[in-house]
Amino acid sequence: MRRSAYIAAAIFALVALVPLAGEMYWLRLGTIMLMYSILAMSWNFIGGMAGYPSFASAAFFGLGAYAGAVSQKLAMPMVLAWGIAGLASLLFAALLGLALLRLRGHYFAIASLVVAEVLRELVNSATDLTGGGMGLNLPVPRMASVQAQAVFFYYAMLILAAVTLAAMILTTHSKLGFGLRCIKQNESAADMLGVNTTFYKVSGFMLSGVFVGFAGAIYASWVHYIEPPDVFDVLYSIKPVVMVLLGGLGSVFGPLLGAGLYLSLEELVWRRFLEVHTGVLGLLIVLLVVFLPRGLIALRRAPGAAQEKPLSRVKA
Amino acid sequence: MLYLQILANGLMLGGLYACIGAGFSLVWGVLNVINILHGSFIVLGGYLAFYAYSVAGIHPFFSLLIAAPVFFALGYIVQSGLVNRMIGAPVLLTLTLTFGLDLMLSNGMLAAFTADFKKVSLDPPLGAVLAGPVVLPVDRLIAMVLALALVGLLYLTLSRSRIGRAIVAVRMDREAAALMGVRVKTVYAITFGLGALMAGVSGPLLAMIFPISPLSGSAYLSKAFVVCVLGGLGSVPGALVGGLALGLAESFGSLWLGPEHATTLSFVLLILILLVRPEGLLGRKGYA
Repeated sequence: MRRSAYIAAAIFALVALVPLAGEMYWLRLGTIMLMYSILAMSWNFIGGMAGYPSFASAAFFGLGAYAGAVSQKLAMPMVLAWGIAGLASLLFAALLGLALLRLRGHYFAIASLVVAEVLRELVNSATDLTGGGMGLNLPVPRMASVQAQAVFFYYAMLILAAVTLAAMILTTHSKLGFGLRCIKQNESAADMLGVNTTFYKVSGFMLSGVFVGFAGAIYASWVHYIEPPDVFDVLYSIKPVVMVLLGGLGSVFGPLLGAGLYLSLEELVWRRFLEVHTGVLGLLIVLLVVFLPRGLIALRRAPGAAQEKPLSRVKA
Repeated sequence: MLYLQILANGLMLGGLYACIGAGFSLVWGVLNVINILHGSFIVLGGYLAFYAYSVAGIHPFFSLLIAAPVFFALGYIVQSGLVNRMIGAPVLLTLTLTFGLDLMLSNGMLAAFTADFKKVSLDPPLGAVLAGPVVLPVDRLIAMVLALALVGLLYLTLSRSRIGRAIVAVRMDREAAALMGVRVKTVYAITFGLGALMAGVSGPLLAMIFPISPLSGSAYLSKAFVVCVLGGLGSVPGALVGGLALGLAESFGSLWLGPEHATTLSFVLLILILLVRPEGLLGRKGYA
């Protein structure tokens, strides 16, 4: 645990220096990079640790974005609005988890995928509050310059990413992480041995929702304008999965590595294949799944070796 | 009187949903793979009918005859080339694989056909018949009959033909079927091909009723999923019941709640069914 914490601190100290370079392009890219890492790490709580194939990230992201934006529209200070968005996602994840986490496998996957569609439809029809399909404009924060704004949102995302990573390291080494890994290996057996599976699964799901909700709200304030198809985009659900698969399932630094790698690929693909970039993304996914299903972290290990820490090494 | 009309609309829609759901359910039941491509196959089938009619003048009802072999071959190739490598892998991986394939196909269609809505408009139009107070548009009526006939054909294939029995055997017990001399990988490829075929022939039928766009694939996919869960996994009669139930629920739902809540309605229906009767309305284990 101490080693993970040191590595994490070193990474974040380095990343915190980026704004000193001062170029807007790198600031923007860095902010997106941090946002992606938050999404990937969050997904890891439920998908990587508990082995539940969740596709609900877009739902949490959009919910957070709209909760934050509507709170700001009702003249709430920005940071308070973010807090409300995080809280809303946390509660929503709890309720949703209680209903959906009874399902397993494909049923859970597809049901979680549809949640974003449902929320999008509801946001679309609640025109008075959310502006419906017209989208919602957010107040531009009063700051000295455009540059200062960019730096501000960069650090906001950085702090959130650091908190998410800290939560993940703590969870991995705690009883909750142990319980989630038990559920992944054999849920029925874990249940029978007295692991309160519902409690653990819902807690994991809440952890996977709350930071994404915050990130959605920060994103909304950052771009000043959101609309339903933008923030409830199904790609927000699929991208974190791809990132974690790239980096390695269930590990602590896999999601970070995957997010960085994914963003670099995306940036290159976006630039060169503007017309067909989702197609190229699809090709990338297919190649990844077929040839590297255990992620890049697996390259480091001998083929066939266990992809996770044996349970006995963790103090419960 | 209004209710009779809504009932008729729901049944006509439901026949098409059964056709969409049957192929999806077959693949899911036999291979334990969710084919995210299903929605895009439907849309591609729709484009096939559109271009066959506007370029070569082939009536959409006859373009089914072209769509069937084309999509069977497409599905067979996708399965034997790619998905067969992933059989038995965790849900997450197979799902992500077909998701990636779907991104490629839908992006390809977007680039080739643009995002504009296209609709097959028959010239001259087929008009409508009156059954008492109920108006039945002829194109919808024929589409429903054809859709139900295709579902029936699939049922007969599975229950009567040699290959159909092999598919059912693999669904019931893969190892035992392999020991009896069934070539499991080939059966998987044929099953996936049949699923793609059902999607590809639903496309032309839907294209006569609804406008087609590369972006509507995901909507069809979620309908296929709901049909499958409603009726029960891997069962053709289940898909029929599920399709009709969804068609009726949607047409009455849009009467009472407004059409803009269609997805929410089917999601609530889905969750309720999964919580109350997870095996579906007609679900039975190991039965096609």
